[in-house]
Amino acid sequence: MVKICLTVNGASVNDDVPDNMLLVDFIRERLKLTGTHVGCDTSQCGACVIHLDGESVKSCSMLAAMADGKSVTTIEGIADGEKLHPMQEAFHQNHGLQCGFCTSGMVMSAIELVTNNPNASEQEIRDGLEGNICRCTGYHNIVKSVQAAAQVMSGR
Amino acid sequence: MYQTRYLRAADVADAAAKLDDDAKLLAGGMTLLPTMKQRLASPEVLVDLADCGLSGIEDTGDAIKIGAMTRHVDVERSEIVQRAIPGLAALASHIGDRQVRNRGTIGGSLANNDPSACYPAAALALSATIHTNARDIEAEDYFLGMFETALEEDEIILAVSFPKPEAAAYAKFPNPASRYAIAGVFVARTTGDGVHVAVTGAGDDGVFRHAAMEAALNISFTPAALDDVEISSDEMISDIHADADYRAGLVREMAKRAVTACQA
Repeated sequence: MVKICLTVNGASVNDDVPDNMLLVDFIRERLKLTGTHVGCDTSQCGACVIHLDGESVKSCSMLAAMADGKSVTTIEGIADGEKLHPMQEAFHQNHGLQCGFCTSGMVMSAIELVTNNPNASEQEIRDGLEGNICRCTGYHNIVKSVQAAAQVMSGR
Repeated sequence: MYQTRYLRAADVADAAAKLDDDAKLLAGGMTLLPTMKQRLASPEVLVDLADCGLSGIEDTGDAIKIGAMTRHVDVERSEIVQRAIPGLAALASHIGDRQVRNRGTIGGSLANNDPSACYPAAALALSATIHTNARDIEAEDYFLGMFETALEEDEIILAVSFPKPEAAAYAKFPNPASRYAIAGVFVARTTGDGVHVAVTGAGDDGVFRHAAMEAALNISFTPAALDDVEISSDEMISDIHADADYRAGLVREMAKRAVTACQA
């Protein structure tokens, strides 16, 4: 067992976790934040993507113990009270999801993408989301959503 | 994942002390943890190098020295690397995906020596030096085969030095899901040793240099010079992604693209 102390969505969290507990399982099962999903067992799908100290990572490919001392942001943590994050609003307005299983990971990846590259081209968006796989949408409206969010996030 | 014991090393000496027969070093975890999840590895102890101060990039004059725990994203974005060896920054920018690049490290990549990883091709082509807590190892002596390196059991990579080339570039044909190299070629016009061409993803014994392509490019550094070079598929990988003949074809095409990129 490992003692960990970290910040999750702005709140301090202390816990004792099995050494081999994955960060995604800690988030889902200990913290009951089930917006982060497990979509594969090969670390390829990106449904588990969260922010670790502001950078997107696959929480299925980290141990909870490795997050000690760090700041985690999940999909539950990006809205401003009742006001959706611009990326969430954009996915809503632009039909950027169907089943929704990949969506939380897509949103978290896209937020980092747009934050780092506010003027991302369509190709840069498509390339930048290569770590997130979607079975439903064909990506077309996901890209539109990200483009729409980029406009809002950079005040255009 | 089987049970394991997670330890965070305070420094390199502490990490070395914690290493025994059943311990594995943990860097970014982008290979080790997925492998453990699949139960293909079950080290009893994981020694995390995160706090050992092994990150950083410096220009040492003749070379660029990259700390073993430096993440791919940091090599990608480094102005030092972009100025001195832009082909290396570009290689780092195409490893895996954004999330892998935010965690994966150069030390982890080289210590693992996956036959489809990108960094081994760069290290071999640029004649890098691998600095460990015991010695310096030249790249030509370091890569011993698929997943095999010259590292001893208790040896820890501290940093990697890449001599600055006149020009260098990498071209990879990636697997669409994993983005590992089905074939990846790193071409370098070295300072003092002519052209080096290192191939990853294709060889059944890991990364290798291709003498015939090097000879052709030393005569004429153009993509066309590679048209008639014999690229044997004899010791190339055949798997569900591509057979050996297809890989041989990809090697030629990637080499040509890398040469073109060097000329840009």
